Amino acid sequence: MISEQKIKDIEGKALGIRKTIVEMLTAAGSGHTAGPLGMADIFAALYFHILNHDPHNSEWAERDRLMLSNGHIVPVRYAAMAHAGYFPLEECLTLRKFGSRLQGHPERLRLPGLETTSGPLGSGLSQAVGYALGARMDERTFRVYCIMSDGEQDAGNVWEGAMFAGTYKLNNLTAIMDRNNIQIDGHTEDVMPLEDLRRKYEAFNWHVLEVDGHNIAAVISAVEQAKAIYEKPTLIIAHTIPGKGIKEIEFDYRWHGKPPTKEEGKKFLNELRTMSGTIESEHQ
Amino acid sequence: MIYHNAKLREDLFEKPELKPTRDGFGQGLLELGDSNPRVVALCADLTESTRMEAFAKKYPARFVEVGVAEQNLATVGSGLANYGKIPFIASYATFSPGRNNEQIRTTISLNNVPVKIVGSHAGLSVGPDGATHQALEDMALMRVQPNMTVISPCDAEEARKATVACAGINGPVYLRLARAATPTITTHESSFTVGRAELMWESEHQAQVAIFATGPLVYEALRAARDIGHEVPAVVYNVHTIKPLDRALADVARAAGAVVVVEEHQRAGGLGGAVAELLAELSPVPVEFVGVDDRFGQSGEPAELLEYYGLTAPHIANKVRAALARKIT
Repeated sequence: MISEQKIKDIEGKALGIRKTIVEMLTAAGSGHTAGPLGMADIFAALYFHILNHDPHNSEWAERDRLMLSNGHIVPVRYAAMAHAGYFPLEECLTLRKFGSRLQGHPERLRLPGLETTSGPLGSGLSQAVGYALGARMDERTFRVYCIMSDGEQDAGNVWEGAMFAGTYKLNNLTAIMDRNNIQIDGHTEDVMPLEDLRRKYEAFNWHVLEVDGHNIAAVISAVEQAKAIYEKPTLIIAHTIPGKGIKEIEFDYRWHGKPPTKEEGKKFLNELRTMSGTIESEHQ
Repeated sequence: MIYHNAKLREDLFEKPELKPTRDGFGQGLLELGDSNPRVVALCADLTESTRMEAFAKKYPARFVEVGVAEQNLATVGSGLANYGKIPFIASYATFSPGRNNEQIRTTISLNNVPVKIVGSHAGLSVGPDGATHQALEDMALMRVQPNMTVISPCDAEEARKATVACAGINGPVYLRLARAATPTITTHESSFTVGRAELMWESEHQAQVAIFATGPLVYEALRAARDIGHEVPAVVYNVHTIKPLDRALADVARAAGAVVVVEEHQRAGGLGGAVAELLAELSPVPVEFVGVDDRFGQSGEPAELLEYYGLTAPHIANKVRAALARKIT
């Protein structure tokens, strides 16, 4: 069992990641806000507990591989990597700027540790599937994780990958779906209804778990459970609140694809610093 | 006359051995199975017709059936290459790189991983299957992607060599293959170097026209050069690598003063486009194009389709005359 103190530490990291996300998006002046904020807890859990990795040796051969399929939420990954020590925190402010290693959508060849290049939706799961298949051919023991969005489940390529992974019983693969119910044009169940996601994946021979994506202990427990499933790949449907941590953004699909203005950025940072007004900020 | 150092088959015109380029690929892949443990093969439900079958039988643990899912073919291939394998992914060219173009762009070319995209059944010579299955734009699609190498072998023996060479390229490659049995032109001794066009036909006197051909139509180009030799001295180059294109072709063009490009592809965007770009920059001379003129194919026997669309030796000879007539002297 993971200690309460450890959970608190990871929650602290998630808060730090959220602040960095707001800072970097405000500085960038473009980008996606709701998704990265909603996934801050899961990325904190990944980089500060789940992943077997070395921030100072991003090519370490035995590391777990984390593939991000919905590349547009990459600010949360950049922020988590910076907090974990992959690169200096200040570099986050170069997001989306000319010459930056922090491209608007992740590019493997520009920043060590990204594992792959992604952004066009629907193609990340299959890449993770191919990677996991190669690793299994060579009897490697690291695990492959794939983060994907719910909106990208609209794409046929996702289901091609899901069918393949179920058929080939890729038990070294764990996918985590950010089930935040929003996509650019509105709510997922209005744009192109996805449910019943659990039964769909189960029919494709996946083991499916559902968790509260903001409950770090639950996320970690689900990932541990996935390791014990020998006959199937596992999908963890993580129910999240888009924009989590900033009241004005939470649940609002209009924040899917826009950044905070300078004024909003200041306000949101203050909200995060004071934990929604429950504590006094030293910056006030 | 046939260029001696090209070491072509001696019975080339009299009694040509007919073999599809896809057969050469199958053989090359089998050789790679023995020599390179990183090589794996993926297929989208066309294992026999893309000639992956022998590899699949001999190395079942290194063969992956993907099903009729070309987007998955490309992306699973990308993942395998990212891990450290050298995947050959095979389907028909209309589907791969046709259907899965964006997946190839993002996850293979931009990602710069060594996936070898094998597009079989390219060109009109697919025959009876008709326009839906006759890829005439695949070289154009692949040629414009950074990091991509594009190879279009002229016969089965060259396809074998190209397949083996593909595995040694540390990046993405598109290998274009055809269905129909076509004359074997080259021998085991013929040289093959990625990126270098091969002189196959030389003229006794200074060539007045240079013919640049790719794929199995190289044979038609050789026939055309032979048949028209008494009238127009010409050279024929086998341009098996479309990208990177051999820049020395600009010197050949300058010396001859006119060029005819021959390919089983749309005139736009393939070898013709690549040659025109090169010559516009380095040695602008008149260029005539033998290719499909902004049309789709249709059902028919390969020979009648090549004839109907103007891709056989007599048509090439006419283009040689046309190029000659346009020469600025």
